Amino acid sequence: MKTLNQRFMRLMPSGRKLVIGIPFLWLCLFFLLPFFLVMKISFSEAALAIPPYSEIYTFAEQKLQLFLNVGNYLMLTEDELYISAYFGSLKVAFFSTLMCLVIGFPMAYAITKASKEAQNVLLLLIMMPTWTAILIRVYAWMGILSNNGLLNAFLMWTGLTDHPIEILNTNTAVYIGVVYAYLPFMVLPLYANLVKHDQSLLEAGSDLGSSNFNNFWKITVPLAKNGIIAGCMLVFIPVVGEFVIPELLGGPETLMIGRVLWQEFFNNRDWPVASALAVVMLLILIVPILLFNRSQAKEMEGRG
Amino acid sequence: MKRFGFSKFMLIFGLSFIYLPMLILVIYSFNASKLVTVWGGWSVKWYVGLLDNSQLMGSVVRSLEIACYTAIAAVALGTLAAFVLTRVTRFKGRTLFGGLVTAPLVMPEVITGLSLLLLFVAMAQLIGWPMERGIVTIWIAHTTFCAAYVAVVVSARLRELDLSIEEAAMDLGAKPFKVFFLITIPMIAPSLAAGGMMSFALSLDDLVLASFVSGPGSTTLPMEVFSAVRLGVKPEINAVASLILLAVSIVTFMVWYFSRRAEASRKRAIQEAMDQTASESWQQPEKQMAGATA
Repeated sequence: MKTLNQRFMRLMPSGRKLVIGIPFLWLCLFFLLPFFLVMKISFSEAALAIPPYSEIYTFAEQKLQLFLNVGNYLMLTEDELYISAYFGSLKVAFFSTLMCLVIGFPMAYAITKASKEAQNVLLLLIMMPTWTAILIRVYAWMGILSNNGLLNAFLMWTGLTDHPIEILNTNTAVYIGVVYAYLPFMVLPLYANLVKHDQSLLEAGSDLGSSNFNNFWKITVPLAKNGIIAGCMLVFIPVVGEFVIPELLGGPETLMIGRVLWQEFFNNRDWPVASALAVVMLLILIVPILLFNRSQAKEMEGRG
Repeated sequence: MKRFGFSKFMLIFGLSFIYLPMLILVIYSFNASKLVTVWGGWSVKWYVGLLDNSQLMGSVVRSLEIACYTAIAAVALGTLAAFVLTRVTRFKGRTLFGGLVTAPLVMPEVITGLSLLLLFVAMAQLIGWPMERGIVTIWIAHTTFCAAYVAVVVSARLRELDLSIEEAAMDLGAKPFKVFFLITIPMIAPSLAAGGMMSFALSLDDLVLASFVSGPGSTTLPMEVFSAVRLGVKPEINAVASLILLAVSIVTFMVWYFSRRAEASRKRAIQEAMDQTASESWQQPEKQMAGATA
């Protein structure tokens, strides 16, 4: 008689390959492979054709010729616009991540301190906006921040200012929008981490005469490291490529790379330059993405 | 104690920061005045006006259709991915696989959108498919990124599960597929529902991916809203936005409610089973004694 284990092993390979294969193939085809295409197109030249770029290789008379046009990349380094757009994006992403952390950490901490029942409701309240269109939440701010909007009406009513302050279409509005849109993505991973902390460590610290602040700094923060990394990366990486917020809330001086890429692609129909912009953005983001993936892998395998 | 007060204050501050703008938006969608900043009394005329806007209605139907397909496919794909990540510990390319599953969560949408479009263009040149970009291409794009969210939700659940139940079924001779469909799936059902609704909402919301991979004549609702919003704040858009907010809030609340109820009934069932075994083992000696005297 065959043991169950043997039957299991005999059955497994076909099923096993299928189970691994389907998602693996899908992701390779629709997520990984496209990046190589972006890389390829970034070396081609813009052309008046459909699709609007030239092939990078030709095969004629038994000769395979490869044309690598590095002009797109040279243009990126030469043109002031692109460099300042990259720096603009990184600056906005960095400072808004910092603001999200400063606001989000106490929020996550307060949720863990609430009763079990209240925690569920609070988490729902935090989670709800992440499912709602970013477009609509940003749009809501357009009405509030405009010159004759509610915020200015309020400021003038209180007498803080006697003429409307220009907020919409400035970098301030972009910061407000980004922090507003991405705050839940900071709070959720932080909460998931903070709720697992062993309270007795803090008590032990206090018993040994450590101050609350010292406790927080020397115990809570180091323990929350993985949550902080995950939260910061969940905010930082998408914000670098953000398009909707700078487009709707930002003004002409708001240079962000996602917006520039969109304009190159849709307005100028310059696919090669848009591809080159994407490749450089990806190179900048590769370290943060790897950091995020590592913290996520730890989380998923339950080692974190 | 002082820090506790501070963090509580921040929580209230943060929540009102998140919800006030949405509340204001909904209130102003009932504004009778055509000027968006002047309050002119309550009215539902902007909502009624929406029904006559056939272009908008068409995009609503299209978006809902795509969102349905996306939810189904993303749950299937995401669950498989989560299963592989949590249960198959060793295979070639595991690290790559893990990276591919989680990377769509953070990848800027402009990059994903552009790269998928280039893929579809290249495929159309090579194998003649997809000839037209539209619902199918948007569906593929949405499925790929929603599957990542499903994988995260489901793998969290799979990790919590008691492996011994599946092992017991396997020991009793159930085949792996049978175990998966009869034991694993029912146990992770709440997270599947949550993942599905999440995908539905995310697909309904997406602007950037859809803009890249859609073709002429297949504008989705967010694309329609975006082109109107670009020109400024308008009362009709307030009404559309409020309706979307309402739809998403209902879906979110349902997910939360059902997953909580499922969790509660599961805990109760476990508790009951434990009470039963406890009382049975307690009663066992009495029964034997009763049998002996009879």
